[in-house]
Amino acid sequence: MDLIFRNARLIDPEAQTDALGSLRVTDGVIAGRGAPEEPAPEGATVIDAQGRALAPGLIDWGVKIGEPGERHKESFRSAGRAAAAGGVTTLVARPDTTPPLDTPEALEFVARRAADAPVNIRHMAALTKGREGREMVEIGFLTDLGAVAFTDGVRVVRDSKLMSRCMTYARGLDALIMGHPQDPGLTHGAVATSGKFASLYGIPAVSPMAEVMGLDRDLALVAMTRGRYHADQITVAASLPALIRAREAGFDVTAGISIHHLTLNEFDVGDYRTFFRFTPPLRSEDDRLSMVQAVAEGLIDTIASFHTPQDEESKRLPFEAAAPGAVGLQTLLPAALRLYHQGGLTLPQLFRAMSLNPARRLGLPGGRLSEGAPADLILFDPDAPFVLDRFALLSKSKNTPFDGARMQGRVLGTWVAGTPVFGDLA
Amino acid sequence: MSFRARHLLGIDHLKPDEITELLDLAQDYAALNRRTVKHSDALAGMTLINMFFENSTRTQASFELAGKRLGADVMNMAVSQSSVKKGETLIDTALTLNAMQPDLLVVRHPQSGAVNLLAEKVNCAVINAGDGRHEHPTQALLDALTIRRAKGRLHRLTIAICGDIAHSRVARSNLILLGKMENRIRLIGPATLMPAGVGDMGVELYEDMREGLKGVDVVMMLRLQKERMDGGFIPSEREYFHRFGLDAEKLALAAPDAIVMHPGPMNRGVEIDGTLADDINRSVIQDQVEMGVAVRMAALDLLARNLRASRGRTAVGEP
Repeated sequence: MDLIFRNARLIDPEAQTDALGSLRVTDGVIAGRGAPEEPAPEGATVIDAQGRALAPGLIDWGVKIGEPGERHKESFRSAGRAAAAGGVTTLVARPDTTPPLDTPEALEFVARRAADAPVNIRHMAALTKGREGREMVEIGFLTDLGAVAFTDGVRVVRDSKLMSRCMTYARGLDALIMGHPQDPGLTHGAVATSGKFASLYGIPAVSPMAEVMGLDRDLALVAMTRGRYHADQITVAASLPALIRAREAGFDVTAGISIHHLTLNEFDVGDYRTFFRFTPPLRSEDDRLSMVQAVAEGLIDTIASFHTPQDEESKRLPFEAAAPGAVGLQTLLPAALRLYHQGGLTLPQLFRAMSLNPARRLGLPGGRLSEGAPADLILFDPDAPFVLDRFALLSKSKNTPFDGARMQGRVLGTWVAGTPVFGDLA
Repeated sequence: MSFRARHLLGIDHLKPDEITELLDLAQDYAALNRRTVKHSDALAGMTLINMFFENSTRTQASFELAGKRLGADVMNMAVSQSSVKKGETLIDTALTLNAMQPDLLVVRHPQSGAVNLLAEKVNCAVINAGDGRHEHPTQALLDALTIRRAKGRLHRLTIAICGDIAHSRVARSNLILLGKMENRIRLIGPATLMPAGVGDMGVELYEDMREGLKGVDVVMMLRLQKERMDGGFIPSEREYFHRFGLDAEKLALAAPDAIVMHPGPMNRGVEIDGTLADDINRSVIQDQVEMGVAVRMAALDLLARNLRASRGRTAVGEP
């Protein structure tokens, strides 16, 4: 069964090219590329992209699903539908569920629940039992069952000795550890970045230095253990020198950032708008611009939505008491395209951070347009304007900071292994 | 009438002419409060609910008295002891309350922004009686009235705000109000108690109290909020008083006619010398309490007028 996309603007994150051409898919795998008007083999399904962009599907790293424990906020089914509509062909689920995903049995349970989702779903496991920071999980069993990384999420493992042991043990299994680089002593109780704004609004705040300190500790442990490490979110410019030094020293270190920290800043909180409460909190405009630059230079490797569904009750609270996070599976691409339209990042740079690098780091096969790669693809119109209505989102929860925002960029079709899962083009 | 606000949630939203109008009216109420018959019927027929999610004796009493002197039906609710403990959310409480058809709602809450959230959910006028570390507008207004009466004006003064600024909503509201009225503001305190970024707010910062007090017209002391300090902010109260406590020797550096203020309750011997606090030649602390009732009467009165006006408009517009 052949599928051919003609007249497509091919966004290739590996070659860093953005050029008109055609792409052929055979049996769910990318079979090759050709000229824009490449003749189609007999019986092939032909899609005329009309000059719109064809790119590898997004690989969204760190998606919170409410199963188990909070299915009223999000299920694998609803998240899968939102992902397909947002152009996410692989979502990587977080282990901060209730109870946490910290045993092989729990991993088997979620893998079963995820099986009928329209997109690929991979799982991360907790790093310590119960995410309590006291005992390491069974990293070996969980790796064998397909856990792609280990993390306690925003609950930082305070005990440095335990963290060093986790890294050392994981190294033997070639397992990836994802850290949340924040100093927990400083961040405790804080919901904003310290500065004039937080002071005026009287919101408990933390210095951006908490991130530098957290990263410094984790990188010192990497130097000690030589483990594989990914910092989940680097959000302030002051963190970058340590990251550069670690890379130059040859350590196996990567870093990510959320789309919200790349497109919003601390002032967006406005009059205590809880949809803008994030962990870590939104940063200054200077930091935001530095982060965009760091993604362009490849210093920050990955961009993710950090999709965190919260029901209305969790958000309709005073700012300090409201639950942090926002849904993002469907807004990741249009929000990222803001950076493209503003001239901060090219499309190949964006897809390097949202498709190629996550795939490479997690050992997944997708994220590229090369021959032999799975045909996980999206066709989108980067210029199509729309006003976001949060109630139109397919997630069960509707907490988005982009409600009512003017956005540009619409997904027209999503394919997983050559099969359409969203859109009506084929 | 220039006072246009529907709620009094903070100083930030008030314009200088609104502040002046409120203070002028408060001045009249201060005169009324010194008479034998302290009664007006400005709020006759209206219901005022004091809802305090955080304990406060003096502010609550001040609002209660203000409401009663204006002829309102006043009810006090200490929410921290009832519904919240049973799991009711702030919005549930607001909706329940709203159903009782109050006209004026005075709210204190331990979290910043909580009063704004509540104001969005109710039909009545809301007064912020202190939310977290955010604002305490009536305190700033009563401080302003006290200064205006003592100094004869409320502009071009040099005012020092001293002590635990980081945890103080009083400082935040005062900073905004006194700034709007074109005064020179100095913040004095240890760096651990100074909020981040405050240097960008058009104020002068001093870690040396003696240096900071030189020539000031007003010395506003703040309470050391020990209950909000979950870590070590100062080494000891003894050292704090030595460096930042106001005594006669430090006050001698201020202008000869400088006044001393404190929002209360005071930690005597920690942030202020007890004798100085009681010195009626320098301290206006008791005047602040007196002006508190007058300012709250003025605020309730103006909000009630706006409420009546908006309801009147609705009634006319109805089919």
